[in-house]
Amino acid sequence: MKKQLFALLFALVPLTALGAGAEDVPHSMTPDLSNQESLQRGMQLYVNYCMGCHSLEHQRFARAAEDFGMPQDLVEQNLIFSSDLAYNDQMHVAMTREDGDNWFGAAAPDLTLHGRLRGGDWIYSYLLSFYKDPSRATGVNNAVFDMVAMPNVLEPLQGVQEKVCAESDRPIEGAELDPLTGKYQSCEVLQVTQPGAMEPDEFEEAVYDLTNFLVYVGEPSKLHAQTLAPKVLIFIFIFGVIAYLLKREYWRDIH
Amino acid sequence: MGTPNRVKAERGLMRWVDDRFPATQMWQDHLSKYYAPKNFNFWYFFGSLALLVLVNQILTGVWLTMSYNPSAEGAFASVEYIMRDVEYGWLIRYLHSTGASAFFVVVYLHMFRGLLYGSYKAPRELVWIFGMAIYLLLMAEAFMGYLLPWGQMSYWGAQVIISLFSAIPFIGPDLAQWVRGDFLISGITLNRFFALHVVALPIVILALVVLHLIALHEVGSNNPDGIDIKAKKDETGKPLDGIPFHPYYTVKDIVGVAVFLFVFAVVVFYFPEGGGYFLERPNFEPANPMVTPDHIAPVWYFTPFYAILRAITFDLFGLDAKFLGVLFMGGAIAVLFVLPWLDRSPVRSMRYKGWMSKVMLVLFAVSFVILGILGALPATALRTAVAQLCTALYFAFFLLMPLYTRLEKTKPVPERVTG
Repeated sequence: MKKQLFALLFALVPLTALGAGAEDVPHSMTPDLSNQESLQRGMQLYVNYCMGCHSLEHQRFARAAEDFGMPQDLVEQNLIFSSDLAYNDQMHVAMTREDGDNWFGAAAPDLTLHGRLRGGDWIYSYLLSFYKDPSRATGVNNAVFDMVAMPNVLEPLQGVQEKVCAESDRPIEGAELDPLTGKYQSCEVLQVTQPGAMEPDEFEEAVYDLTNFLVYVGEPSKLHAQTLAPKVLIFIFIFGVIAYLLKREYWRDIH
Repeated sequence: MGTPNRVKAERGLMRWVDDRFPATQMWQDHLSKYYAPKNFNFWYFFGSLALLVLVNQILTGVWLTMSYNPSAEGAFASVEYIMRDVEYGWLIRYLHSTGASAFFVVVYLHMFRGLLYGSYKAPRELVWIFGMAIYLLLMAEAFMGYLLPWGQMSYWGAQVIISLFSAIPFIGPDLAQWVRGDFLISGITLNRFFALHVVALPIVILALVVLHLIALHEVGSNNPDGIDIKAKKDETGKPLDGIPFHPYYTVKDIVGVAVFLFVFAVVVFYFPEGGGYFLERPNFEPANPMVTPDHIAPVWYFTPFYAILRAITFDLFGLDAKFLGVLFMGGAIAVLFVLPWLDRSPVRSMRYKGWMSKVMLVLFAVSFVILGILGALPATALRTAVAQLCTALYFAFFLLMPLYTRLEKTKPVPERVTG
């Protein structure tokens, strides 16, 4: 009987391992919602570089401020640029969908749930994967999202990135491993050719912060859940021990 | 008031109630004097757990309804409103969405227990049939509930499943349109699904749960040995192998509740998306009738039947593959209803059945799980072939049952339960 049970349990394991909707992307990141500085920097980058087009329709400034430990006056002075928006408002944009459709071919999507829809790895990889492509109207293309309509808004920080022929330690799709050097040879390697305001490492950190912020925005309750969870689990555990002792006491009569 | 007086008053009050309503009688019939076999094992936790999850779904559902907006324009945003602006809304919503998956986990294990110990065999046929009716309605309830967040997968999942009706010859397309209430899934569909999900189906499910329990308590619980404990009674008429449900099984089930709640809370707090199986990623995007997701997969608890539907890729007897697939999928559920009459074994429990029954049950369980996995994946030629094999095994378990249960040699059943 026990064997059958275990067989059933093990048979269910692949279900959880499969995952759904995750795409293959070149970089990965581990969100850290307890890192308030990272989230603050991420929000600062968001309102400065993204919020011109991308709204966060369900995210309130006030909620982020509370969760990141930022005082209201600081947020009002430095993070809310539109006079139409108040501290307790959601992070709307001024651009209408119609304008977005006309100007870019497709209106910039709302990003509130992108952290959950695409996942942190995807956003992080996407933001790092713009490269120069003169054939495109925006002058750039993206290795993760081919033919994307969005320009590389972070270019002043990152500099100009180009596809070059180079060696890479990281596996590259379609590239062959050179058995002598142990590196991958490819002409698809993305490299910064004109420096921006940030060093490549610095830029990756900035993109990490921005991604971390978007992952937070996808599910702000996660912070709350993580603080509440241990208390609930300890309560259930103690309840279970007492329930078990009670059961044992009653079942002494049964033979 | 002194203690003797209080006891007297309480007795007086109880008598007053009992003269007007059989409260004490019911308490005794269903709990304190309901004799259950003393050898229930691990598998017997899932009945009471199903009841617990049902209560969880109703309570969290009521609270969700307070803030949910059942319209195509407002549904998606109202779910995010619940997740962010309603006090503990996220917890209520995750308890409900995880609860739906938990419901199917416990119900599948509960049903497997029935298969294992022959709990569907006479005189418990009606217990089984009421249970199957609950299962069927639960699937409808879950399906309609999944449309309500109005995400991409809500929309396209419903689109795929409702379009199955259109495979029925002659009346199909009209029937599908009648179910949708529109030419495609729209706010009209959302509103009717909401009404059915929160009012109509829960009422029927609750009524069926009562019938399930009344039928069970009329004939008495089965046990891992499949023995009729009422056959051996002491001088006072109590079954020798029976113990009162209350307090013995109430305290035991509470331990099961604690273990279940622990696992459940871990999922609710740390993995509410269930790895993309409880809440699918495309559902974090609002429904868009103009854009079809790359890969439409139903929620995990429907995937075995979805795999059966997709496994039928050939026309047969003049019926086209799509309609045949629908028939097979329906048949996979319908055949469960007649199970009590397919099993011709003289014994109930798998413990005393022959090797053929054991092999068939294992094959059935394994193919059900494989179908579940395949149903969640995009179809390929190899996967379809495996799904066809598993579909054949699924049906073989039931349709060959009259043969193998009669042919095989069973072991002698003991007089008393073995613990």
